[in-house]
Amino acid sequence: MAQTLYDKLMDAHIVREDSSMTLIYIDRQLIHEVTSPQAFEGLAIAGREPWRKSANLAVPEHNVPTTNRSLGVSGINDPISKLQIETLDKNCKTFGINEIPMNDIRQGIVHVVGPEQGFTLPGMSIVCGDSHTSTHGALGALAFGIGTSEVEHVLATGCLWQSKSKNLNIEVNGKLNRHVSAKDIALYIIGQIGTASGTGYAIEFSGNIIQDLSIEGRMTLCNMAIEAGARVGMVAVDDKTIDYVKGRPLTPSGAKWDKAVEYWHTLHSDKDAYFDKILRFNAKDIKPQVTWGTSPEMVVAIDGYVPNPTNAKNQTEKVGWENALNYIHLTAGTKISDIKIDKIFIGSCTNSRIEDLRIAANVLKDKKIASNIKLALVVPGSGLIKKQAEKEGLDKIFINSGFEWREAGCSMCLAMNADKLEADERCASTSNRNFEGRQGQGSFTHLVSPAIAAASAIAGHFSEVK
Amino acid sequence: MQKFTTFTSIAVPLERANVDTDAIIPKQFLKSIKRSGFGVNLFDEWRYLNHGEIGMDNSKRPLNMDFVLNQVKYQSAKILLTRENFGCGSSREHAPWALEDYGFKAIIAPSFADIFYNNCFKNGILPIVQDNGVMDELFTSSDKIVINLDAQSIYTNGKTYLFEIDSEQKRRLINGLDDIDLTLQYVDDIKAFEKDYFNKYSWL
Repeated sequence: MAQTLYDKLMDAHIVREDSSMTLIYIDRQLIHEVTSPQAFEGLAIAGREPWRKSANLAVPEHNVPTTNRSLGVSGINDPISKLQIETLDKNCKTFGINEIPMNDIRQGIVHVVGPEQGFTLPGMSIVCGDSHTSTHGALGALAFGIGTSEVEHVLATGCLWQSKSKNLNIEVNGKLNRHVSAKDIALYIIGQIGTASGTGYAIEFSGNIIQDLSIEGRMTLCNMAIEAGARVGMVAVDDKTIDYVKGRPLTPSGAKWDKAVEYWHTLHSDKDAYFDKILRFNAKDIKPQVTWGTSPEMVVAIDGYVPNPTNAKNQTEKVGWENALNYIHLTAGTKISDIKIDKIFIGSCTNSRIEDLRIAANVLKDKKIASNIKLALVVPGSGLIKKQAEKEGLDKIFINSGFEWREAGCSMCLAMNADKLEADERCASTSNRNFEGRQGQGSFTHLVSPAIAAASAIAGHFSEVK
Repeated sequence: MQKFTTFTSIAVPLERANVDTDAIIPKQFLKSIKRSGFGVNLFDEWRYLNHGEIGMDNSKRPLNMDFVLNQVKYQSAKILLTRENFGCGSSREHAPWALEDYGFKAIIAPSFADIFYNNCFKNGILPIVQDNGVMDELFTSSDKIVINLDAQSIYTNGKTYLFEIDSEQKRRLINGLDDIDLTLQYVDDIKAFEKDYFNKYSWL
């Protein structure tokens, strides 16, 4: 029978099926300091050992400072952040889990480090106590975020109980407009379908536009699948996928590589596979996007206006828009390009890969950021990306334009470290969530692509790439 | 985990859609390495007028009396009523920990985000889905609600509403079963699976 990519990946991992629940085998678990301490504590209390230690890889990321790392963990000023990272270090040591510690050059955001190291590969089932685990689906893997009880469950049993998701195919075809990136595609789709449309579904992204995206771009897109409500976002394996994973530190080689590639080439939906839902978009309709509210679905094109709640489709949406405008201090009808910005953040598991930095640097070359920009940050997704960018001279472009060039980590995406917005500050951010208080209590987040973040830094307000 | 039984309570009406887990429990409280004590910081940014941090004496913080949770009549509520897509965003289990620690045993909404929905069951919280019409009725009633998981029913204001729930999730909740204990009964299945699996996918 013809199968979807999701069905193939699920089938390959079924250990047993009990009525409505399926026990699936987990190939890889990424661990970070925020959602793991209680899981390790649970293991310790029950006197259990990890089922398969090599299935796990830990990286501190949320709490790490992005400045001065010379003192290592002991140099972290916030004692609570410091304790959380020390706890991760200690747990990894106690339970024999591989960890890339804070001062290792490979350290970075788990969803950047996993693919970069070849720890996450096509065909694998991959979990992490983090909703943006969907990122790894860009490699043709089954990857999704879980809660801490499930982190403990995977540690203890190597498996996880799942109920099967439905299949949603999102097709994007046509020809992309200039300066439109994977981030704009993601935000545009979420704006069209809302943040709950993917609930209960695994999304496969397809169409010529998706095929044309780089693996980095596909990761950006799959990363945002959860912002459309879907735990899983995927793209079929093709030659680009194989080229991307080849030669990475943990990627197989020799005869094992050949066998793996042969299997990976089967990881696509069959021609007549059944999807519960298919949504089609035309690339020509997608312009660079800017969010105006407090949910990723509250988004318009950069040449657009802040919408009026009277135009909401129902009462619930109207109340949501009113709350959002009230929180974010904007008035309906304001031109997006008239909104002034205080800070710029280029980074996060959505947009901190080398391609993102190249795009932003290209916009910023020989330009200066506007005088009203109080702070502009570039935070590479990993130490290795930082090194690569420095080799290409991108750091100099950023610094010359007025940006700060930081060490790898989650940084200002969620304000669990020293990088955060103050109340009433407005930020153009390449991250993934514009929820109330996400980047600091009382602060205002506008989600954009790296190109728009860079162009807006130069203009001092939201701006297209000139 | 405690067994889930029938109970009766008033419900707090939280008239908002797309309540995200950042709103349920803001990020600064995620720095805790403990599993308990999150209840006082549930909906922190809506509930208090000042900024909250770990370790603060919350009893001394100014309350936002406009926020529904702070109204006197809802102080003993064990049921939360809310709108579409509750629990969207981050996968943090600190969200159900905070709701449970505060005292909520059930949440009734037209829809829930997937990860949050799943996390509820791990913590003895029953997420109940009802359509918008029923939600409107529940929102306008101030009567106590009786929740009977075994019968999959809600009773209030002289009316009974039924709800759907996965049969296996229901069994685990009613019996207070631990997922890991359950899975470890299948150690032989897992080992047999691994043998075939690593043979077939030899590069793993």
